[in-house]
Amino acid sequence: MAKGGAGMIGQLPLASFTGAIEFIFSPQESNVTGGKKVGGFDKSMELLIKHLEVTALALAIALVIALPLGLYLGHRGKGEQLAVGLGNAGRAIPELAVIALVAVLIGVGLPNVAPVLAILGIPPILNNSYVGVSQVDRATVDAARGIGMSETAIIRKVELPIAIPTVMGGIRSAAIAILATATIAPLAGVESLGDFIINRNVYGENGLLAGAILVALLALTIEGSLALLQRRLTSDGLKVKTA
Amino acid sequence: MGNPLVIAAVGEVGEGFIKERDVGDLCQAQTQHVFCFDWARENIDRFETPTVQHLQIVIPALAIGFVVAFALALLAHRTRWLQPPLLAATGILYTIPSIAFFFLLLPLTGLGRDTAIIVLSAYTLQIIYRNTILGLNNVPAAVKDAARGMGLTQRQILWKVELPLAIPEIIAGLRVAVVSTIAIATLAVLISAGGLGTQMYGSNLTFPTSIIIAGAIVMLMALAFDAGLLLVQRLTTPWRRAARA
Repeated sequence: MAKGGAGMIGQLPLASFTGAIEFIFSPQESNVTGGKKVGGFDKSMELLIKHLEVTALALAIALVIALPLGLYLGHRGKGEQLAVGLGNAGRAIPELAVIALVAVLIGVGLPNVAPVLAILGIPPILNNSYVGVSQVDRATVDAARGIGMSETAIIRKVELPIAIPTVMGGIRSAAIAILATATIAPLAGVESLGDFIINRNVYGENGLLAGAILVALLALTIEGSLALLQRRLTSDGLKVKTA
Repeated sequence: MGNPLVIAAVGEVGEGFIKERDVGDLCQAQTQHVFCFDWARENIDRFETPTVQHLQIVIPALAIGFVVAFALALLAHRTRWLQPPLLAATGILYTIPSIAFFFLLLPLTGLGRDTAIIVLSAYTLQIIYRNTILGLNNVPAAVKDAARGMGLTQRQILWKVELPLAIPEIIAGLRVAVVSTIAIATLAVLISAGGLGTQMYGSNLTFPTSIIIAGAIVMLMALAFDAGLLLVQRLTTPWRRAARA
């Protein structure tokens, strides 16, 4: 049932993986542009960097808002409803509706889209930083208090390091959610790798598939790098315990 | 079904919110309205088919995802060394953004519902698999010993002791899977698989009322499924209530 409006794909000759790979590395004539060459390595890299910029900006906004709040609430053991409830509710938000609403109600462009993408990253960060910190052994925290550490020092030097695996898990989820949704950001006038996918009347089927390949690889790379970062940040003492 | 931007005959509207407004320009400038109640009341039935389509994507995807993930978890429960590689494999499927996944499958399975179901079920594997394993691993060794002491076979221990005790974790995983699948299924519109995404993107992109209604239906659907699973958990774990009471 190929039902859909104007922007849908109608009949689509099969794109091929080889065609898509060629598209990524050198400009190709697309089936829709009448001989004009599109794509290529420079364009792919340009969009990839833009995709990363949007993702990084939105993730930074989400971190600035959600991380301190989650750590503080976890430290005080308050606001579980807020932190965990938001975490659950956040998953029910349909990204497509969010991006479409931004485009029509708030306006297009990075300054509008980045904060909205950040909204998708806030629930996992808030939830995980809350859970991570609140699960730190209270005896450890009391010991830190006993040797005269201030409350902020306890959060920074005791609770956060112990909670790093959980906190980083939330940041990874947020990064992937934002990166994934940045793919449809071109609907709201923000360039990203999604351009290859959304503007299929410019880039053709090979571009479409190339965009999908690049987005998938980018997501796996970011997830892998953050997993490595998590290992680096986790103190050796914790690693020994889990091993 | 006509163009959504064309307002249907306005004969019977005139109650509620729109009383003092002139019926002639009833949400004429719909694109500037955040929410046009008049249009919503007149056109609510146009969301029926997309809602049904949405369920036709989500339910098979969840059913397949659950069966596969559950089978993998049982396999990995018996064959321990499979646990890390299966976790990594399902993790990769979970990490690939669904939009990219849809189009990666395009050369293989083409446009439409099947592709959407495959992608969404692949997406649920990680959460259900991980939680089922977690639940099974959390069963206290003493309980398993007691079961063995009573003369239960390995299979009986799995089905009568371990799995029932793992239900809370399994259902927790299912709840996450259900809610996120319902939300992500809106993107199925991009591969012409229908669903509520059709009311958010495409010819309706510039029309907030439609986006809001479709988004609300998606979130209500997620809420309903979530509540249903919570009920299933209560019904299947009566001892938890007894312990609390």
